[in-house]
Amino acid sequence: MNAPIVAGGGGDPAPPQTVVPLRHPWTWLASGVVVGIAGLVLFSVATNPGFEWPVVAQYMFDEQILIGLSRTLELTLVAMLMGLVLGTLLAVMRLSPNPLLSTLSWLYIWFFRSVPVLVQLIFWYNFGALYATISLGIPFGPTLYSANTNALITPMFAALAGLGLAQAAYTAEVIRAGIVSVPHGQTRAARALGMQPMTIFRRIVLPQAMRVIIPPVGNEVISMVKSTSLVSVIALSELLYTAQLIYARTYETIPLLIVASLWYLIIVSVLSVGQHVLERKFRQR
Amino acid sequence: MTPDPSAAAAEPMVKIRGLRKHYGQREVLCGIDLDVSAGSVMCIIGPSGSGKSTLLSCINHLERIDAGKLWVEGELVGYREYNGRLYELPERQVARMRQKVGMVFQQFNLFPHMTALQNIIEAPIQVKRIPLAQARKRAMELLDRVGLADKHARFPAQLSGGEQQRVAIARALAMDPRLMLFDEPTSALDPELVGEVLAVMQDLARSGMTMVVVTHELAFAREVGDALVFMDAGVIVERGLPRAVLSAPKERRTQDFLSRVL
Repeated sequence: MNAPIVAGGGGDPAPPQTVVPLRHPWTWLASGVVVGIAGLVLFSVATNPGFEWPVVAQYMFDEQILIGLSRTLELTLVAMLMGLVLGTLLAVMRLSPNPLLSTLSWLYIWFFRSVPVLVQLIFWYNFGALYATISLGIPFGPTLYSANTNALITPMFAALAGLGLAQAAYTAEVIRAGIVSVPHGQTRAARALGMQPMTIFRRIVLPQAMRVIIPPVGNEVISMVKSTSLVSVIALSELLYTAQLIYARTYETIPLLIVASLWYLIIVSVLSVGQHVLERKFRQR
Repeated sequence: MTPDPSAAAAEPMVKIRGLRKHYGQREVLCGIDLDVSAGSVMCIIGPSGSGKSTLLSCINHLERIDAGKLWVEGELVGYREYNGRLYELPERQVARMRQKVGMVFQQFNLFPHMTALQNIIEAPIQVKRIPLAQARKRAMELLDRVGLADKHARFPAQLSGGEQQRVAIARALAMDPRLMLFDEPTSALDPELVGEVLAVMQDLARSGMTMVVVTHELAFAREVGDALVFMDAGVIVERGLPRAVLSAPKERRTQDFLSRVL
């Protein structure tokens, strides 16, 4: 460890000098304390009968739980796709030279970012109280189609509206930042080559914007997995609500919450690996 | 107002009449008249802020003009004239005109997410719908011409400034332009890399390409240029043969500028 260093220069060779690195006693002490505390916590988790690990194992792959899990994944995927598509549209509108479009986009982002998602979900769920029927037709003319709002807005519809529309507002800002980060010279060069505006966006601007867009969108996906648990308030049986339904019957509250938490941990871990792979793919060369 | 461009016997490649351009209150081009004849090399010199780069960007309508007219090969750029009025063309139609005007930028502006080869074949494939194999073959010929055939798989970040600029020239040439615009092509380069880019440009000039070159390289202007324009504060102050203007400038402002840069 203690590497000898030979001093340079002419004349008599100097005797090898030994270098003693600086000691860090406090680092070692702090590490010891942290490891000690972690050990105590682990010991308590393993031995406290209140955790009921056998019950956790029993419900981990329970059919009801797995259905709830698939519902959570479905919600995450569809709400995120809604967020990306609508968010790209909002970002392009926001950057449009047309003041009406950019103001509309600004208003949307302002509203859906300001109202808590939980409130939005309950609002969509109770949309029927606002408009009892939804009809499609010519304004002030004949009605072509009419339906009872409560029949149309299922919990799934309300959940996707609440999560997806709010996500679009966040994604729009991320995508806008990505587009703005591409130097203006890139667009100029592409225009000078005779490329059409849509081609420039698709082939030149978007691929470069991706580098800026992907890390925060990865975070948004991970955050969305957990936001889906909010949907339990409108009685949609995703992962958390399924667990709640079971422990309401069996009173095994803690083990079922652990089952849900373990699944969230697993999903997020898999997604984090995916995010890492995507980031490497789009990294600037 | 101006004579019909098609009436002239030897149609100039670029014809500019009464061109004006302003950013807000500030007028950057105050009435420019200029002809660039086919097959010639026109050099534009002048202090920074004189409007020479803006003038270049007006030729392919990257900047829209506020007054005056500009023709490339007799075709009015950026506008359609109808009943004595000018109607601005949509970007889609301007893009079609830009195919025949190549441009090289001070900062190269290569696409960083594509290799040298991909940079060159992108526009021929996306704009002209040329088959991939044919586009690649032509791109390799062009890379060979600028001396970079062995570096076709490199990304811009893996190339020196001089190499990037040579790829950028090859990229512009891949569209088979009738006219090439150079916007201070060597200003962002380390001094030892300037020569390789100028050599490629000189070779291009010798092959008969019409070129408009905004530059600070007076030696290049003297050796390669067929005509020279000195601009200051948005107007053309002096014009003539490069040798004549550079050796014996007539205008006071030209003399001042040359005494500062030489």
